[in-house]
Amino acid sequence: MASLRDIKSRITSTKKTKQITKAMEMVSASKLNKAEQNAKAFNPYMEKIQEVVASIANGGVDVDHPMLKSRPVKKTGYIVITSDRGLAGAYNSSVLRTVNRHIHERHSSKDEYTVIPMGRIGRDFFAKRNMPIESEITGLADQPDFADIKDIASEAVQLYSDETIDELYIYYNHYVSAITQEVRGTKLLPLTNISTEATQPKSSYEYEPDQDTILKALLPQYAESLIYGALVDGKASEHAARMTAMKAATDNADELIDDLTLSYNRARQAAITQEITEIVGGAAALE
Amino acid sequence: MKTLTVSVVTPDGPVLEDSFEMVSCKSENGELGILPGHIPLVAPLTISGVRLKGGEQSSELIAVSGGFLEVRPEKVTILAESAERPSDIDLERAQRAKERAERRLQTKQDDIDFKRAELALKRALNRLDLKQGS
Repeated sequence: MASLRDIKSRITSTKKTKQITKAMEMVSASKLNKAEQNAKAFNPYMEKIQEVVASIANGGVDVDHPMLKSRPVKKTGYIVITSDRGLAGAYNSSVLRTVNRHIHERHSSKDEYTVIPMGRIGRDFFAKRNMPIESEITGLADQPDFADIKDIASEAVQLYSDETIDELYIYYNHYVSAITQEVRGTKLLPLTNISTEATQPKSSYEYEPDQDTILKALLPQYAESLIYGALVDGKASEHAARMTAMKAATDNADELIDDLTLSYNRARQAAITQEITEIVGGAAALE
Repeated sequence: MKTLTVSVVTPDGPVLEDSFEMVSCKSENGELGILPGHIPLVAPLTISGVRLKGGEQSSELIAVSGGFLEVRPEKVTILAESAERPSDIDLERAQRAKERAERRLQTKQDDIDFKRAELALKRALNRLDLKQGS
Protein backbone atom coordinates (compact mmCIF):
# COMPACT_ATOMS: atom_id res chain seq x y z
CA MET A 1 0.00 0.00 0.00
CA ALA A 2 1.22 3.46 -0.92
CA SER A 3 2.33 5.64 1.94
CA LEU A 4 0.19 8.47 3.21
CA ARG A 5 2.56 11.05 1.85
CA ASP A 6 2.55 9.49 -1.65
CA ILE A 7 -1.22 9.52 -1.80
CA LYS A 8 -1.36 13.07 -0.54
CA SER A 9 1.02 14.31 -3.20
CA ARG A 10 -0.95 12.51 -5.90
CA ILE A 11 -4.12 14.19 -4.71
CA THR A 12 -2.47 17.60 -4.85
CA SER A 13 -1.12 17.08 -8.33
CA THR A 14 -4.44 15.78 -9.63
CA LYS A 15 -6.15 18.80 -8.16
CA LYS A 16 -3.75 21.09 -9.99
CA THR A 17 -4.34 19.28 -13.26
CA LYS A 18 -8.05 19.62 -12.68
CA GLN A 19 -7.71 23.36 -12.25
CA ILE A 20 -5.96 23.59 -15.59
CA THR A 21 -8.44 21.45 -17.49
CA LYS A 22 -11.30 23.32 -15.89
CA ALA A 23 -9.82 26.64 -17.01
CA MET A 24 -9.25 25.30 -20.52
CA GLU A 25 -12.82 24.09 -20.63
CA MET A 26 -14.12 27.53 -19.78
CA VAL A 27 -11.82 29.25 -22.25
CA SER A 28 -12.98 26.91 -25.00
CA ALA A 29 -16.58 27.50 -24.06
CA SER A 30 -16.23 31.23 -24.56
CA LYS A 31 -14.28 30.75 -27.79
CA LEU A 32 -16.97 28.41 -29.03
CA ASN A 33 -19.52 31.08 -28.34
CA LYS A 34 -17.57 33.52 -30.46
CA ALA A 35 -16.99 31.01 -33.22
CA GLU A 36 -20.71 30.38 -33.38
CA GLN A 37 -21.32 34.09 -33.77
CA ASN A 38 -18.71 34.23 -36.53
CA ALA A 39 -20.44 31.41 -38.36
CA LYS A 40 -23.72 33.24 -38.01
CA ALA A 41 -22.23 36.48 -39.33
CA PHE A 42 -20.85 34.63 -42.33
CA ASN A 43 -24.17 33.01 -43.26
CA PRO A 44 -25.88 35.95 -44.99
CA TYR A 45 -22.87 36.38 -47.28
CA MET A 46 -22.82 32.72 -48.19
CA GLU A 47 -26.54 32.55 -48.84
CA LYS A 48 -26.49 35.59 -51.03
CA ILE A 49 -23.53 34.51 -53.10
CA GLN A 50 -25.07 31.07 -53.50
CA GLU A 51 -28.29 32.60 -54.69
CA VAL A 52 -26.55 34.71 -57.32
CA VAL A 53 -24.37 31.84 -58.52
CA ALA A 54 -27.37 29.54 -58.72
CA SER A 55 -29.47 32.05 -60.60
CA ILE A 56 -26.73 32.42 -63.20
CA ALA A 57 -26.04 28.71 -63.40
CA ASN A 58 -29.73 27.91 -63.70
CA GLY A 59 -30.45 30.82 -65.98
CA GLY A 60 -31.10 28.48 -68.87
CA VAL A 61 -28.41 30.05 -70.98
CA ASP A 62 -25.32 28.04 -71.79
CA VAL A 63 -22.77 28.78 -69.16
CA ASP A 64 -19.30 27.78 -69.94
CA HIS A 65 -16.67 28.08 -67.29
CA PRO A 66 -13.85 25.69 -66.42
CA MET A 67 -14.85 25.76 -62.78
CA LEU A 68 -18.25 24.33 -63.61
CA LYS A 69 -17.03 21.50 -65.82
CA SER A 70 -15.49 18.23 -64.75
CA ARG A 71 -12.41 17.24 -66.66
CA PRO A 72 -10.37 14.05 -66.58
CA VAL A 73 -8.67 13.86 -63.23
CA LYS A 74 -4.91 13.57 -63.26
CA LYS A 75 -4.21 15.18 -59.94
CA THR A 76 -6.41 15.84 -56.93
CA GLY A 77 -5.98 18.49 -54.28
CA TYR A 78 -7.04 18.03 -50.68
CA ILE A 79 -7.56 20.88 -48.26
CA VAL A 80 -7.47 19.55 -44.72
CA ILE A 81 -8.50 21.69 -41.80
CA THR A 82 -6.99 20.77 -38.46
CA SER A 83 -6.06 22.72 -35.35
CA ASP A 84 -2.68 24.10 -34.34
CA ARG A 85 -2.80 22.68 -30.87
CA GLY A 86 -3.78 19.34 -29.46
CA LEU A 87 -5.86 18.52 -26.39
CA ALA A 88 -8.99 18.54 -28.46
CA GLY A 89 -10.03 14.93 -28.15
CA ALA A 90 -10.50 13.11 -31.43
CA TYR A 91 -10.84 16.36 -33.38
CA ASN A 92 -7.64 16.07 -35.41
CA SER A 93 -7.22 12.34 -35.51
CA SER A 94 -10.67 11.69 -36.96
CA VAL A 95 -10.16 14.13 -39.86
CA LEU A 96 -6.66 12.92 -40.56
CA ARG A 97 -7.67 9.29 -40.43
CA THR A 98 -10.50 9.88 -42.91
CA VAL A 99 -8.32 11.83 -45.32
CA ASN A 100 -5.53 9.31 -45.12
CA ARG A 101 -7.89 6.45 -45.84
CA HIS A 102 -9.52 8.24 -48.77
CA ILE A 103 -6.19 9.17 -50.26
CA HIS A 104 -4.96 5.60 -50.05
CA GLU A 105 -8.18 4.27 -51.54
CA ARG A 106 -8.15 6.67 -54.46
CA HIS A 107 -4.53 7.04 -55.36
CA SER A 108 -1.70 4.65 -55.88
CA SER A 109 1.15 7.09 -56.38
CA LYS A 110 2.21 10.36 -54.84
CA ASP A 111 2.03 12.18 -58.16
CA GLU A 112 -1.73 11.85 -58.21
CA TYR A 113 -2.53 14.12 -55.32
CA THR A 114 -1.36 17.02 -53.26
CA VAL A 115 -2.36 18.20 -49.82
CA ILE A 116 -3.01 21.70 -48.53
CA PRO A 117 -3.10 21.45 -44.76
CA MET A 118 -4.43 24.25 -42.58
CA GLY A 119 -3.20 23.89 -39.04
CA ARG A 120 0.03 22.60 -37.59
CA ILE A 121 -1.19 19.15 -36.56
CA GLY A 122 -2.27 18.36 -40.10
CA ARG A 123 0.93 19.76 -41.59
CA ASP A 124 3.07 17.61 -39.27
CA PHE A 125 0.98 14.55 -40.03
CA PHE A 126 1.46 14.81 -43.80
CA ALA A 127 5.07 15.92 -43.59
CA LYS A 128 5.91 12.92 -41.44
CA ARG A 129 4.41 10.58 -44.00
CA ASN A 130 6.26 12.30 -46.85
CA MET A 131 3.05 13.20 -48.60
CA PRO A 132 3.25 16.02 -51.13
CA ILE A 133 2.28 19.34 -49.54
CA GLU A 134 1.43 22.08 -52.01
CA SER A 135 1.22 24.89 -49.51
CA GLU A 136 0.25 25.25 -45.89
CA ILE A 137 -0.98 27.69 -43.34
CA THR A 138 -0.40 27.43 -39.62
CA GLY A 139 -0.89 29.69 -36.66
CA LEU A 140 -4.40 30.75 -37.61
CA ALA A 141 -6.24 32.87 -35.07
CA ASP A 142 -9.03 31.33 -33.08
CA GLN A 143 -11.48 33.60 -34.82
CA PRO A 144 -9.94 33.90 -38.29
CA ASP A 145 -10.79 36.81 -40.54
CA PHE A 146 -11.46 36.27 -44.18
CA ALA A 147 -8.30 38.22 -44.95
CA ASP A 148 -6.22 35.66 -42.99
CA ILE A 149 -6.99 32.82 -45.36
CA LYS A 150 -7.69 34.77 -48.52
CA ASP A 151 -4.22 34.07 -49.88
CA ILE A 152 -4.25 30.35 -49.40
CA ALA A 153 -7.84 30.06 -50.60
CA SER A 154 -7.14 31.93 -53.80
CA GLU A 155 -4.00 29.91 -54.26
CA ALA A 156 -5.98 26.69 -54.07
CA VAL A 157 -8.51 28.03 -56.55
CA GLN A 158 -5.67 29.21 -58.75
CA LEU A 159 -4.17 25.71 -58.77
CA TYR A 160 -7.43 24.48 -60.19
CA SER A 161 -7.64 27.20 -62.82
CA ASP A 162 -4.04 26.52 -63.87
CA GLU A 163 -4.98 22.86 -64.28
CA THR A 164 -2.29 21.85 -61.82
CA ILE A 165 -5.06 19.99 -60.07
CA ASP A 166 -8.29 18.79 -61.64
CA GLU A 167 -10.33 18.29 -58.50
CA LEU A 168 -10.35 19.91 -55.10
CA TYR A 169 -11.69 18.29 -51.97
CA ILE A 170 -12.01 19.84 -48.55
CA TYR A 171 -12.01 17.87 -45.29
CA TYR A 172 -13.07 19.36 -41.99
CA ASN A 173 -15.09 18.73 -38.87
CA HIS A 174 -18.62 19.91 -39.29
CA TYR A 175 -20.12 21.44 -36.18
CA VAL A 176 -23.36 19.68 -35.32
CA SER A 177 -23.66 20.61 -31.66
CA ALA A 178 -21.36 21.28 -28.74
CA ILE A 179 -20.96 17.55 -28.17
CA THR A 180 -21.13 16.19 -31.71
CA GLN A 181 -18.90 17.00 -34.63
CA GLU A 182 -18.72 14.93 -37.76
CA VAL A 183 -16.00 14.67 -40.34
CA ARG A 184 -17.09 15.98 -43.65
CA GLY A 185 -15.32 15.62 -46.95
CA THR A 186 -16.80 17.53 -49.84
CA LYS A 187 -15.84 18.14 -53.39
CA LEU A 188 -15.24 21.84 -53.81
CA LEU A 189 -14.18 22.06 -57.42
CA PRO A 190 -15.44 21.62 -60.04
CA LEU A 191 -18.70 23.11 -58.83
CA THR A 192 -21.01 20.45 -60.17
CA ASN A 193 -23.77 20.53 -57.61
CA ILE A 194 -24.82 24.16 -57.66
CA SER A 195 -28.03 23.62 -59.55
CA THR A 196 -29.21 20.81 -57.32
CA GLU A 197 -28.55 22.36 -53.95
CA ALA A 198 -30.05 25.75 -54.60
CA THR A 199 -33.73 26.43 -54.73
CA GLN A 200 -35.30 28.08 -57.72
CA PRO A 201 -33.87 31.55 -58.21
CA LYS A 202 -36.23 34.29 -57.13
CA SER A 203 -35.61 36.61 -59.99
CA SER A 204 -33.77 36.61 -63.24
CA TYR A 205 -31.07 39.19 -63.57
CA GLU A 206 -29.64 41.46 -66.13
CA TYR A 207 -25.92 40.95 -66.33
CA GLU A 208 -23.48 43.76 -66.62
CA PRO A 209 -21.39 43.34 -68.76
CA ASP A 210 -22.27 39.68 -69.45
CA GLN A 211 -22.59 36.31 -67.78
CA ASP A 212 -19.15 35.05 -68.67
CA THR A 213 -17.40 38.02 -67.14
CA ILE A 214 -19.52 37.76 -64.04
CA LEU A 215 -18.85 34.07 -63.66
CA LYS A 216 -15.16 34.64 -64.09
CA ALA A 217 -15.16 37.01 -61.15
CA LEU A 218 -17.90 35.38 -59.11
CA LEU A 219 -16.89 31.72 -59.11
CA PRO A 220 -13.44 32.15 -57.57
CA GLN A 221 -15.02 34.36 -54.91
CA TYR A 222 -17.64 31.69 -54.36
CA ALA A 223 -15.07 28.92 -54.03
CA GLU A 224 -12.99 31.02 -51.66
CA SER A 225 -15.97 31.72 -49.49
CA LEU A 226 -16.76 27.99 -49.39
CA ILE A 227 -13.26 27.40 -48.06
CA TYR A 228 -13.68 30.15 -45.50
CA GLY A 229 -17.06 28.72 -44.51
CA ALA A 230 -15.47 25.33 -43.91
CA LEU A 231 -12.76 26.94 -41.83
CA VAL A 232 -15.23 28.84 -39.66
CA ASP A 233 -17.20 25.63 -39.23
CA GLY A 234 -14.01 23.74 -38.41
CA LYS A 235 -12.97 26.32 -35.83
CA ALA A 236 -16.32 26.07 -34.08
CA SER A 237 -15.90 22.29 -34.01
CA GLU A 238 -12.39 22.64 -32.67
CA HIS A 239 -13.50 24.70 -29.71
CA ALA A 240 -16.43 22.40 -29.09
CA ALA A 241 -14.22 19.32 -29.25
CA ARG A 242 -11.69 20.89 -26.91
CA MET A 243 -14.41 21.90 -24.51
CA THR A 244 -15.84 18.38 -24.42
CA ALA A 245 -12.40 16.82 -24.05
CA MET A 246 -11.52 19.15 -21.20
CA LYS A 247 -14.84 18.54 -19.53
CA ALA A 248 -14.18 14.81 -19.66
CA ALA A 249 -10.70 15.39 -18.24
CA THR A 250 -12.12 17.47 -15.38
CA ASP A 251 -14.69 14.80 -14.61
CA ASN A 252 -12.00 12.13 -14.63
CA ALA A 253 -9.86 14.19 -12.31
CA ASP A 254 -12.81 14.51 -9.93
CA GLU A 255 -13.30 10.78 -9.95
CA LEU A 256 -9.62 10.16 -9.38
CA ILE A 257 -9.53 12.60 -6.51
CA ASP A 258 -12.49 10.83 -4.90
CA ASP A 259 -10.78 7.46 -5.21
CA LEU A 260 -7.52 8.78 -3.89
CA THR A 261 -9.19 10.52 -0.95
CA LEU A 262 -10.91 7.29 -0.08
CA SER A 263 -7.68 5.32 -0.09
CA TYR A 264 -5.96 8.15 1.79
CA ASN A 265 -8.54 7.95 4.55
CA ARG A 266 -8.29 4.19 4.64
CA ALA A 267 -4.55 4.38 4.94
CA ARG A 268 -4.84 6.98 7.67
CA GLN A 269 -7.31 4.84 9.57
CA ALA A 270 -5.12 1.80 9.20
CA ALA A 271 -2.15 3.76 10.51
CA ILE A 272 -4.09 4.95 13.55
CA THR A 273 -5.43 1.49 14.26
CA GLN A 274 -1.95 0.11 14.04
CA GLU A 275 -0.63 2.73 16.42
CA ILE A 276 -3.35 1.96 18.98
CA THR A 277 -2.65 -1.74 18.68
CA GLU A 278 1.00 -1.05 19.25
CA ILE A 279 0.32 1.10 22.34
CA VAL A 280 -2.12 -1.42 23.75
CA GLY A 281 0.32 -4.20 23.01
CA GLY A 282 3.12 -2.23 24.69
CA ALA A 283 1.01 -1.48 27.74
CA ALA A 284 -0.02 -5.14 28.03
CA ALA A 285 3.60 -6.21 27.93
CA LEU A 286 4.44 -3.91 30.83
CA GLU A 287 1.82 -5.39 33.15
CA MET B 1 -38.76 60.22 -52.44
CA LYS B 2 -38.63 56.48 -52.89
CA THR B 3 -35.82 54.65 -51.19
CA LEU B 4 -34.10 51.33 -51.58
CA THR B 5 -32.65 49.12 -48.90
CA VAL B 6 -28.93 48.69 -49.20
CA SER B 7 -27.10 45.96 -47.39
CA VAL B 8 -23.38 45.44 -47.51
CA VAL B 9 -22.26 41.96 -46.50
CA THR B 10 -18.77 40.53 -46.13
CA PRO B 11 -17.58 37.12 -44.95
CA ASP B 12 -16.87 38.73 -41.57
CA GLY B 13 -20.45 39.81 -41.18
CA PRO B 14 -22.86 42.50 -42.36
CA VAL B 15 -21.36 45.97 -42.47
CA LEU B 16 -24.38 48.10 -43.09
CA GLU B 17 -28.11 47.87 -43.76
CA ASP B 18 -30.15 51.00 -44.27
CA SER B 19 -32.34 52.80 -46.79
CA PHE B 20 -30.90 55.20 -49.29
CA GLU B 21 -32.10 57.05 -52.34
CA MET B 22 -29.30 56.24 -54.67
CA VAL B 23 -26.28 54.01 -54.96
CA SER B 24 -23.40 54.98 -57.14
CA CYS B 25 -20.50 52.68 -57.65
CA LYS B 26 -17.83 51.68 -60.10
CA SER B 27 -18.45 48.44 -61.95
CA GLU B 28 -15.88 46.85 -64.21
CA ASN B 29 -17.52 48.61 -67.15
CA GLY B 30 -17.63 52.03 -65.61
CA GLU B 31 -19.71 54.08 -63.24
CA LEU B 32 -23.11 52.78 -62.32
CA GLY B 33 -25.91 54.64 -60.60
CA ILE B 34 -28.84 52.74 -59.11
CA LEU B 35 -32.16 54.36 -58.24
CA PRO B 36 -35.19 52.68 -56.70
CA GLY B 37 -37.09 50.51 -59.17
CA HIS B 38 -34.06 49.40 -61.12
CA ILE B 39 -34.37 46.13 -63.00
CA PRO B 40 -32.66 43.12 -61.39
CA LEU B 41 -28.97 43.34 -62.16
CA VAL B 42 -25.72 41.70 -61.22
CA ALA B 43 -22.42 43.45 -61.81
CA PRO B 44 -18.88 42.94 -60.57
CA LEU B 45 -17.38 45.91 -58.74
CA THR B 46 -13.86 47.18 -58.96
CA ILE B 47 -11.76 48.07 -55.94
CA SER B 48 -13.32 51.45 -55.32
CA GLY B 49 -15.56 53.54 -53.16
CA VAL B 50 -19.33 53.09 -53.19
CA ARG B 51 -21.39 56.18 -52.50
CA LEU B 52 -24.79 55.76 -50.88
CA LYS B 53 -26.97 58.84 -51.02
CA GLY B 54 -29.66 59.33 -48.44
CA GLY B 55 -32.30 62.08 -48.44
CA GLU B 56 -31.73 64.64 -45.73
CA GLN B 57 -28.84 62.90 -44.11
CA SER B 58 -25.51 63.16 -45.76
CA SER B 59 -24.29 60.38 -47.97
CA GLU B 60 -22.19 57.45 -46.86
CA LEU B 61 -19.04 56.26 -48.48
CA ILE B 62 -17.80 52.70 -48.30
CA ALA B 63 -14.52 51.27 -49.48
CA VAL B 64 -15.03 47.88 -51.13
CA SER B 65 -12.35 45.47 -52.26
CA GLY B 66 -13.90 44.03 -55.37
CA GLY B 67 -17.01 41.94 -55.05
CA PHE B 68 -20.49 42.19 -56.49
CA LEU B 69 -23.52 44.31 -56.71
CA GLU B 70 -26.87 42.60 -56.79
CA VAL B 71 -29.84 44.80 -57.58
CA ARG B 72 -33.53 44.07 -57.05
CA PRO B 73 -36.25 46.67 -57.54
CA GLU B 74 -36.20 47.78 -53.92
CA LYS B 75 -33.09 46.17 -52.56
CA VAL B 76 -29.40 46.41 -53.33
CA THR B 77 -26.91 43.94 -51.91
CA ILE B 78 -23.19 44.44 -52.10
CA LEU B 79 -21.14 41.29 -51.62
CA ALA B 80 -17.53 42.15 -51.03
CA GLU B 81 -14.54 40.43 -49.56
CA SER B 82 -14.02 43.47 -47.43
CA ALA B 83 -15.97 46.68 -46.99
CA GLU B 84 -15.24 49.53 -44.63
CA ARG B 85 -16.57 52.94 -43.74
CA PRO B 86 -13.91 55.64 -43.86
CA SER B 87 -14.06 55.87 -40.07
CA ASP B 88 -13.17 52.18 -39.79
CA ILE B 89 -10.16 52.39 -42.06
CA ASP B 90 -6.85 51.99 -40.33
CA LEU B 91 -4.76 54.70 -41.95
CA GLU B 92 -1.43 53.38 -40.74
CA ARG B 93 -2.16 49.86 -41.83
CA ALA B 94 -3.21 51.02 -45.29
CA GLN B 95 -0.06 53.10 -45.52
CA ARG B 96 2.07 50.13 -44.57
CA ALA B 97 0.25 47.91 -47.05
CA LYS B 98 0.86 50.46 -49.75
CA GLU B 99 4.58 50.63 -49.06
CA ARG B 100 4.85 46.87 -48.89
CA ALA B 101 3.05 46.46 -52.21
CA GLU B 102 5.20 49.09 -53.85
CA ARG B 103 8.36 47.39 -52.67
CA ARG B 104 7.12 44.11 -54.01
CA LEU B 105 6.26 45.63 -57.36
CA GLN B 106 9.77 46.93 -57.74
CA THR B 107 11.40 43.57 -57.15
CA LYS B 108 9.58 41.84 -60.00
CA GLN B 109 9.48 38.14 -59.35
CA ASP B 110 6.96 35.82 -60.88
CA ASP B 111 3.58 36.60 -62.37
CA ILE B 112 1.28 35.62 -59.54
CA ASP B 113 3.15 37.62 -56.95
CA PHE B 114 3.14 40.58 -59.24
CA LYS B 115 -0.61 40.42 -59.73
CA ARG B 116 -1.20 39.99 -56.04
CA ALA B 117 0.96 42.96 -55.17
CA GLU B 118 -0.82 45.04 -57.74
CA LEU B 119 -4.19 44.21 -56.21
CA ALA B 120 -2.86 44.90 -52.74
CA LEU B 121 -1.60 48.27 -53.90
CA LYS B 122 -4.98 49.10 -55.41
CA ARG B 123 -6.76 48.19 -52.20
CA ALA B 124 -4.38 50.27 -50.11
CA LEU B 125 -4.67 53.28 -52.42
CA ASN B 126 -8.45 53.00 -52.40
CA ARG B 127 -8.51 52.98 -48.61
CA LEU B 128 -6.14 55.93 -48.39
CA ASP B 129 -8.15 57.89 -50.95
CA LEU B 130 -11.42 57.43 -49.13
CA LYS B 131 -9.93 58.10 -45.75
CA GLN B 132 -8.35 61.31 -46.87
CA GLY B 133 -11.37 62.36 -48.90
CA SER B 134 -13.70 62.07 -45.94
